[in-house]
Amino acid sequence: MEGVYAFCVGLLTACGVFLCLRGRTFSVVLGLTLLSYAVNLFLFASGRLALYGAAVLGSTEKYGDPLPQALVLTAIVIGFAMTAFLVILAMRSRADLGNDHVDGRIPSEPSLVQRRTGRKG
Amino acid sequence: MSLYLIPLAPLLGALVPLFSGRSGRSALALSVALFPAWALVYMLIQAQAVLDGETLRFAVDWIPAIGLQLAFRLDGLGLLFCLLILIIGLLVILYARYYLSEQENMGRFYSYLLLFMTAMLGIVLSNNLLQLWLFWELTSISSFLLISFWSHKSDARKGARMALAITGAGGLALLAGLLLIGNMVGDYSLDTVLANGALIKANPAYPVALVLLLLGAFTKSAQFPFHFWLPHAMAAPTPVSAYLHSATMVKAGIFLLARFYPAMSGTDMWFLAVSMTGLITLLYGAFTALFQHDLKGLLAYSTISHLGLITLLLGMNTRLAAVAAVFHIINHATFKASLFMAAGIIDHESGSRDMRKLNGLWKYMPHTAALAMVAASSMAGVPLLNGFLSKEMFFAETLDQSTLGGLSWVIPVLATVGGAFSVAYSLRFIHDVFFNGDPIDLPRTPHEPPRYMKVPVEILVALCLLVGVFPNYVVNSLLNAASAAVLNGRLPEYSLAIWHGFNIPMLMSLAAMAGGLYIYYNRRMLFQFHAQFPQHDAKQIFEGAVQYVAKQCERIIDALENGSLQRYVFLLLLFALMFMAGPLLDLHHSAGSRPQLELNGVVLTGAILLSLSAVATVIWARRRFIALLSLSVTGLIVSIAFAYFSAPDLALTQLSVEIITVILLMLALFFLPQTTLKESSPNRLTRDLSLAALIGGVVGSISYALMTRPLLSISDYYLTHSKTGGGGDNVVNVILVDFRGFDTLGEITVLGIAALGIYKLIAGMRLYMPAGDDSGRPWSQDRHPMILALVSQNLLPLALLVSVYILLRGHNLPGGGFIAGLITSVAIIQQYIAHGVDWIKHRVRINYQALIAGGVLLAALTGAGAWAFDRPFLTSWFDHFHLPWIGDFELASAMLFDLGVYLTVVGAAMLILANLGKLTTSERPAFENGDAPRAPATHHKEEF
Repeated sequence: MEGVYAFCVGLLTACGVFLCLRGRTFSVVLGLTLLSYAVNLFLFASGRLALYGAAVLGSTEKYGDPLPQALVLTAIVIGFAMTAFLVILAMRSRADLGNDHVDGRIPSEPSLVQRRTGRKG
Repeated sequence: MSLYLIPLAPLLGALVPLFSGRSGRSALALSVALFPAWALVYMLIQAQAVLDGETLRFAVDWIPAIGLQLAFRLDGLGLLFCLLILIIGLLVILYARYYLSEQENMGRFYSYLLLFMTAMLGIVLSNNLLQLWLFWELTSISSFLLISFWSHKSDARKGARMALAITGAGGLALLAGLLLIGNMVGDYSLDTVLANGALIKANPAYPVALVLLLLGAFTKSAQFPFHFWLPHAMAAPTPVSAYLHSATMVKAGIFLLARFYPAMSGTDMWFLAVSMTGLITLLYGAFTALFQHDLKGLLAYSTISHLGLITLLLGMNTRLAAVAAVFHIINHATFKASLFMAAGIIDHESGSRDMRKLNGLWKYMPHTAALAMVAASSMAGVPLLNGFLSKEMFFAETLDQSTLGGLSWVIPVLATVGGAFSVAYSLRFIHDVFFNGDPIDLPRTPHEPPRYMKVPVEILVALCLLVGVFPNYVVNSLLNAASAAVLNGRLPEYSLAIWHGFNIPMLMSLAAMAGGLYIYYNRRMLFQFHAQFPQHDAKQIFEGAVQYVAKQCERIIDALENGSLQRYVFLLLLFALMFMAGPLLDLHHSAGSRPQLELNGVVLTGAILLSLSAVATVIWARRRFIALLSLSVTGLIVSIAFAYFSAPDLALTQLSVEIITVILLMLALFFLPQTTLKESSPNRLTRDLSLAALIGGVVGSISYALMTRPLLSISDYYLTHSKTGGGGDNVVNVILVDFRGFDTLGEITVLGIAALGIYKLIAGMRLYMPAGDDSGRPWSQDRHPMILALVSQNLLPLALLVSVYILLRGHNLPGGGFIAGLITSVAIIQQYIAHGVDWIKHRVRINYQALIAGGVLLAALTGAGAWAFDRPFLTSWFDHFHLPWIGDFELASAMLFDLGVYLTVVGAAMLILANLGKLTTSERPAFENGDAPRAPATHHKEEF
């Protein structure tokens, strides 16, 4: 079972990384969401997998590790806040800059750096 | 003795110009001078003890946790340098009063000068290596300010920058060296270091430490090949040169050599590095000084040469040589300071420093000329003056060493040659300036300076004479104490006398005199010879080097930083991959010894669904709505996974967050393009896919390796103390609101801040509201569906009830503030979806910002409440009660805390979603000036 779990974590990571490397804001948001699933699952698994072991005293004999769970719980909520912030930032950048590229410009246009040094790249 | 007062006094004095305002220049000079004068008197009172061989110490703890002390010590060497710094400093203050013109900001000058004085005193009094280094850097910075005092002159700025760059770089080397030395003896206290010389020299890292230390000392003392900054520092006002380049700044390097003499000297390496550098510097400086036409330039190179002489003496590894070095430190400081001051007077009163124009000044300023001639003779080593005594000792010591083996005779010969050039340039200073015909078109007619401007020169020249004639009475005890400090107490036999009989050093002196006369007499030939060499301007070379480095850096930066975030993320991930993969290579087996769970159909199905939906998200990423749907499937499976693997709290949280996130993303998609153009090249795709696959593989392997190894967790503590200490059965919740309550408080604060940030971003947003979707179909104008409206309206009380239940039971069963807050948010959002903003705004009048603030405040106050019972912040309290009809129940302060969490989560989620939702309706914020929202400029071009 651990192998399958690890495979899923790896796959989610790979999908997340690939989407994060895209050029448009929405893809990056999707990628970061996938990546945060992967990270949460990874952190959760550092307490090892356990069946029927909810960390509620008296409910079972052997408990799963409660500490990673507590960490991941807050991570999920903070992750939501950051995703929301990112999405709104993406909308704002499209509203102000007129496109939804992560650099705030379509790459065929010269960048600020290139304009400063007078080189086309 | 409170030694810290000595550096503190000038530091306070540096502040005086702030307060003295317009009280007149003499009053300012006097009030500034009071502080170093007080320090001088204070030290003289204690001096006798030091002269008797005592070492005074003072220390207070600074940061005891890492062993840092503010520690001072005063021994003979420190006393000598303190006297030089304070006495010459006071004379410079007096001199500068007359040197600086009315227009110049004298207050600023004095502040810098006293700051520099503090730094110097700090160096010579420090009893801690790091503290010494701190003051060392402070001298670099304050000397930068002093050299660039005439900052309107390009020369001054460039000279100051060069001095700062060279001495600052040396300072960094010194820091590394001091850290090494501190590590070797295990303590940064100077006392310990000086007592453990043998330990340091036996250490294999000794050569490295020595080279680093010498780099620091040589850059500061302008030793070859780092000498070139000193002549350019002559762009400073002359009082600065008189102070920095006679007694202080450049002597700091010498001081360092002398200070570490007991700990570092005595090895062949020390001898070779120090004495050879000194010898080359001595010769180079003396030779070059002769060809300078600038009066201060001549003095600058002569300073370099004399510093070389002292360095050579310190490098000779004999005890008498060290005594001679200390003696020459005193003598050089006195005659060089007076010469700089005399040069300043000549410059001030005649308007030029060019020796080709300055001639025959004897007729115009006989008094100054007499003083300058005495000082210059001392520099040349004429008998009955102090320079003669130490030069004589120097010649004697060059004879008394055999470190170069069969070639040892070279050193006395070269020393005599250096002496001859020193006589020659001293002669030039006297003859060329005060005699040799008449002045050639000087800007003004020279005359004697104001009376008190000459006083500092007179005092110094008198000292030269007194030391020269009565050495035993004037300096013997100070010299003894200082040399004893350098040699760690093992003082050799020596006698200070003018006449030692007719011996070889005497002959060498005579030869140097005769040689100097001969060289000066034939100077025209030498000048012609010297003119054949190509002239290198160190400033241009240095500036060129600086600009070359800057240009190369710019090229590297331009190459790396092209403004593309995609590239930055790629590089970042690439490095992350390398650091993650490295340790994995050392692992023998990815699987560990922990028994694994058996795979079953449920898990396999979940895994397949998860994989498919994640891959689908990537494949359909350009059709954004479909990608969003498959993303939500992934999220759902993740929450089921949490539930399956014994984490009910996580499952509930993930589920409710998932709902809110998807709603949020759908709202965002309304305003963003709904498809993405195909714009990545095949190369880019391949590159990104391989990186993603590699990172995924590595992360998966780490996860697998981690899960299959036995667990050593600190969680047992939480499991055992959850009930007894936190009063709850749900350990995850107890950790959140009790054990790690402070973390949670921080987290809800972040949540609140993020929500407020989003609120501000939305408030200023000028969005184009699309009338239809990508394919041009107009958005539906239907009213809100009736069935949804009715059902959700009836569901609301139920949902709120559930969330209250979840909140209350959270301490003992899965649930808690986070989850309850999310459930409430979902329930309210459902009302927005079903009824629209218009309907809601008359019925729900909650100020979400106040809700966030109230939540954070409630949580913080609950924590602070513990103070009322003399407990630390966030200590929780709980007890069991019994009420008739209801039965036993428990009350805990953690519940209030959880209520704060609940309020914050509701406030944050609603503030984000309600405001974003409003944008799609007539309730969107009005734009200022009534202008219509600007359509995205590239709307047509982007082909959504």
